[in-house]
Amino acid sequence: MNDSAPMIWDFEFTFDVMPSLLGGLWVTVQLTLIGYTIALVLGLLIAIVRRAPVIGAIVHFVMEFIRTTPLIIQVVFVFFLLPASLNVPLLGPVPITAFTVGVTVLGIHYAAYTAEVYRSGIEGVAQGQWEAARALSLPTGRTWGAVVLPQAIRKVIPALGNYLIAMFKDTPLLFAIGVAELLTRAQRVGSESFRMTEAMTMVGFLFLVVSIPSAILIRRLEKRYVAV
Amino acid sequence: MEFLQWFLEFLQVQLPRYLDGAWITIQLTFAGAVLAFVLAMVFGIMGSTRPWILRAITTVYVEVFRGIAALVVMFWIVYALPDMTGYELDPMFAAILALGLNVGAYGAEVVRAALNAVPKAQVEATVALNLSWFQRMRLVVVPQAWAQMLPTFGNLIIELMKASAVVYLVGILDLTAVAREVRSGTGETLAAFAIAFVFYYLIAQVLIFGMRLLERRANVKLGRIPPSGGGLMGLLRPPSVGTRVGVAK
Repeated sequence: MNDSAPMIWDFEFTFDVMPSLLGGLWVTVQLTLIGYTIALVLGLLIAIVRRAPVIGAIVHFVMEFIRTTPLIIQVVFVFFLLPASLNVPLLGPVPITAFTVGVTVLGIHYAAYTAEVYRSGIEGVAQGQWEAARALSLPTGRTWGAVVLPQAIRKVIPALGNYLIAMFKDTPLLFAIGVAELLTRAQRVGSESFRMTEAMTMVGFLFLVVSIPSAILIRRLEKRYVAV
Repeated sequence: MEFLQWFLEFLQVQLPRYLDGAWITIQLTFAGAVLAFVLAMVFGIMGSTRPWILRAITTVYVEVFRGIAALVVMFWIVYALPDMTGYELDPMFAAILALGLNVGAYGAEVVRAALNAVPKAQVEATVALNLSWFQRMRLVVVPQAWAQMLPTFGNLIIELMKASAVVYLVGILDLTAVAREVRSGTGETLAAFAIAFVFYYLIAQVLIFGMRLLERRANVKLGRIPPSGGGLMGLLRPPSVGTRVGVAK
C-alpha cells in the first residue's frame, strides 16, 4: 500500500477483481441451482413419506431438528465427518469436495423447508379428489401423480420460489468450509491486496443485483398463480 | 453401556464450555432481537404512512438488508468499515448490528403488512372520535396488528438465533465455535457437534414456547380467546395459527 492520501474507493482495483468475483457469483448460482433441485425433489419425497404412520413421525422429528439448528454448523459438521474421498466400487476413490458437501447439505436443509410447503399444498387438495381417485380405483402412483400432486404443487409454486431466493442468500455460509463462492473469493482477493472495502462492497452489490430482480419476478409469479 | 459411560464423562468435562457458548448465543439472539424489533417497528410504521419519502426510505432499507445475507453484512462491518473510516467495531457489536439489520428488514415487512391489514373501519372510527395519529396507533391500530405480527416474529427470532451461528467466523466464541474447538481438542467430531446441536434445539424450543405465551396474551387482551384457555400445557401443542418453525423467510 502507498502512504499517500488514503483512497476511499479504487475503481481500477474494482475492475481488476471483477472477473474473480463474477467467477465466484457463477459458483454461487451453480450451488443454488443444484441445491434447489435437491431440495425440490427430496422435499416432495419427505412430504409424501410424512403421511405414513411410524416412519412419518420419525421423519417429522428429524426435519424439525434440521429446521431448528443452524445451517452453518450442519455444513461444518458434515464436512468434518466425511472422509476426503470415498471408495466407490468400480469407480475407485471419488474425492469428496467442499462443493459437493456444501451443495448437498444446502439441499437437505432446504428440503426440510420445502417439505412443509408441499405438505400444506397436499393438505389443501379437497378430500373429494382423493375419494374420486379411490372410486375410479386408480393405483396409488396414479392417484399421487395424476390427481393430487398436479393440484397441490400448482398452489405452492410462489412459496417454493421464495425458498430459491432464500437459498441463494444462504450460499455465503459455505465460506465456512472454503467453497470458492462469491464471499470466499472476495475475502481472498481482499486480504491479498489489503483492500477489503471494494471486495466486500461488491459482494453486497452483486447479491442485490441478483436477488432484487428475482424477488420482483417471484412477486409476478405469485400474482399469476394466486389469480388462477 | 461403555459408550454411554464414555459420553457422560466427555459431557462432564466439556459441559462448562458449551454453557459459555450457549450463553453467548443467547446474548446475541436477545440483543439482535431487540435491535431487529426496534428497526422493524420504526421502518414498518414508516412504511405504512402516507408521505412517499418515508415509504421510499423503508423500501430501500428492506430491499437492501433482505437482499444481503447477515454474514455478508457482518463481514462488511468487520473488514470494510475499518478500511473506510478507521474505526474498528467490537466483533460482538458488529455481529449484533448485522443480525439486527437483517432480521429487522424482514420484520419491517411483517409490521407494515399487519398495520395495513387492520380493518379500515377501525381507522375511520378513530378519525370520527378525533383521536390524534399517536393515539390512533397506540390505542387502536398497533394492539390489533400486534396479535397478527407475533406468529411471524416467532419464526423470525428462531431464524435470528440460527443466523447467529455465523459469528464464529469473526472470532466470537458461540456454540458453533465451541463445537469446533472441542472437536479439534479431542478429535471427537460426532460427540462435539451433537452436544451443540442439542443446545441449539433446546434454545429454539424455549423461544417457541415463549412466543406462544406472548401470542396467547395478545389474543386474550383483544378478547379473542378466554384467559387461561387450554392451560399452560396447552402451549406445548402447536396452535392452528401461530408460531410454527420454518414458515418465515
